[in-house]
Amino acid sequence: MIPASFEYHRPRSVQEALALLATHGDGARVVAGGHSLVPMMKLRMARPDHLVDLQELAELRQIRSETGYLVIGAMTTQHELIGSELLAAKCPILRETSLLIADPQVRYCGTLGGNVANGDPGNDMPAVMMVLAASYRIAGAGGERQVAARDFYRGTFATALQEGEILTEIRIPVLAAGHGYAYEKQKRKVGDYATAAAAVVLSRTGGKCTAASVALTNVADTPLFAADAGAALVGTALDAKAIAQAVRLAQKIARPSPDGRGPADFRTHVAGVMVRRAIERAAGRAA
Amino acid sequence: MSKMHLKLKVNNRDVETLTEPRTLLIHVLREQLGLTGPHIGCDTSHCGACTVDMNGRSVKSCTVLAAQADGATLLTIEGMASPDGTLHALQESFRTHHGLQCGFCTPGMITRAYRLLQENPNPTEAEIRFGISGNLCRCTGYQNIVKAIRAAADTLASVKEAAE
Ligand SMILES: Cc1cc2nc3c(=O)[nH]c(=O)nc-3n(C[C@H](O)[C@H](O)[C@H](O)COP(=O)(O)OP(=O)(O)OC[C@H]3O[C@@H](n4cnc5c(N)ncnc54)[C@H](O)[C@@H]3O)c2cc1C
Ligand code: FES
Ligand code: FES
Repeated sequence: MIPASFEYHRPRSVQEALALLATHGDGARVVAGGHSLVPMMKLRMARPDHLVDLQELAELRQIRSETGYLVIGAMTTQHELIGSELLAAKCPILRETSLLIADPQVRYCGTLGGNVANGDPGNDMPAVMMVLAASYRIAGAGGERQVAARDFYRGTFATALQEGEILTEIRIPVLAAGHGYAYEKQKRKVGDYATAAAAVVLSRTGGKCTAASVALTNVADTPLFAADAGAALVGTALDAKAIAQAVRLAQKIARPSPDGRGPADFRTHVAGVMVRRAIERAAGRAA
Repeated sequence: MSKMHLKLKVNNRDVETLTEPRTLLIHVLREQLGLTGPHIGCDTSHCGACTVDMNGRSVKSCTVLAAQADGATLLTIEGMASPDGTLHALQESFRTHHGLQCGFCTPGMITRAYRLLQENPNPTEAEIRFGISGNLCRCTGYQNIVKAIRAAADTLASVKEAAE
C-alpha cells in the first residue's frame, strides 16, 4: 500500500509551518509522528496534496513546569512521556496511559499532540486530558487561542481545530498533591485500540472524596467526559454503593458501535467494568 | 510528482538515492538500496518484521515515509555484524538458543532487541517480553527469543566488563 503523491515540506519554525498551511489551504495537512496519518494515507483514506512535517520543531518538544501548569509540547512522543521524571512525579497517569498505547515502535514515533489532535475516538489520551482538565494551545494565522479538552471533540475525526491551525502545546493544571489516578483499558492484544477504557482522577480528605473526574475512551464517536459519574463520587467514602452509582451514570452516556471488539451492549458493559476498576485503583492510590 | 534526493546514513555508510517523498522507507531499503533483511510482514504497522533502527529509535519502516526519513541515521540487520563478519552478540545468541525457526521475524526482532539492550542493558524476562511486544513471531512461541536476548545481555555485559 503506497500513499497518493504529495509535496513534502519540513519547516524550521511554527511560523513557517503556519505560512505553509495558509498558502496551501485545505490540501495541506500536518504530520507529527505519522503513526495515525501514514496508515490512513496508505489506505488512501487521507490524500493530502501537501504534507507539512513538524519533526524539526524542537520548540514543540519539551516538558516543563510553569506556575500552576505542566506544559507539554505537542511533538513530545509517547516514549518521552514514559521517560519523563517530571511527569512521573507530577502527573503519573500520563506514563500509565502511554504504556497502554500501541507497542514500543509506535510509541517512539507517536506524539501527544498527534494523539489528541487526531480525533479518532480510539485514541487513549483525549479521555485522560478530559479528567486532567487540560487545554490545548492552538496557533493559527490570526494568532493563538486555547480550547479545553472537554470542549474540543465534535465527532469522529472532527475537532475544534480549524484549517491552517497547529496544536502547539498541552496545558495541564497542577494536580492536587496526593491525588489518586488510574487509566483502565480493555484491549484484545498489544497494539489494539480499547474495547472500552476509563480515566479517573480523584482526591480524598479524611476518608471522604473531595473531587473526582471520570472520562471514557472508544465508546462513542468522541471521548466522553462523564461529569455525572464524577459528581456522584464527591462527598462519598468511595464505598461500593457510590462506585456502583458512578458506574451506572457513566454507562448511561456510552454509545458504542458494534465492531470486531464486540456488540454495543458488551462494550457498554466493559466500560462499566473499566470505570469500576479505575475508581477502585485511584481510590487505593489517593493519600 | 517530483522526486527528491534522499540522503541517509545506513549501516555507517552515506547513501543518496532519488525517490518520491511518498515511497515507504521499507521499499527504499529493500528495492533501492538492496537491503532485503528488513521484511514486509503485514504492511499495516503491526508485525514488526520491517523494524529498523532510525536515529536511535526502533521504527516500523512500513509506516515511515521516505521524506520523513531524509537525513536519518539507520541501522538494519545487515549492519549488525562487524566488518570482518563476526556476528553481533544478539545474532550469535539467536543461533545458539534457537531463537528462530523460519527466520522471517528475525531481522526485526534482532534490531528491536538491539535498541532494547541499548536502553536497558540488564532487562528482566518481563521487560524483554514488553520490549519486543511490537514484534510478532508465528513460529517460536517467543520462549527462545526471550532466552536469546537475555543471554546476549549477559554476553554484552561480560564483554564490557572485560574491556574496563
Ligand atoms: C499499530 C498501531 C497501534 C496503535 N494503537 C494505539 C492505541 O492503542 N491507542 C492510541 O491512542 N493510539 C494508538 N495508535 C496511534 C498512535 O498513538 C499515533 O501515533 C497517534 O494517534 C497519533 O500521533 P502521531 O504523532 O503519530 O500523529 P500523526 O499521525 O502525525 O497525525 C495524526 C493527525 O493529527 C494531526 N496532527 C498531528 N499533530 C498535530 C498538531 N501538532 N497540530 C494539529 N494537527 C496535528 C495530523 O494532521 C493528523 O490528522 C496506534 C498506532 C498504530 C500504528
Ligand atoms: S510490515 Fe511493518 S509492521 Fe508489519
Ligand atoms: S521464526 Fe518464523 S516468524 Fe519468527
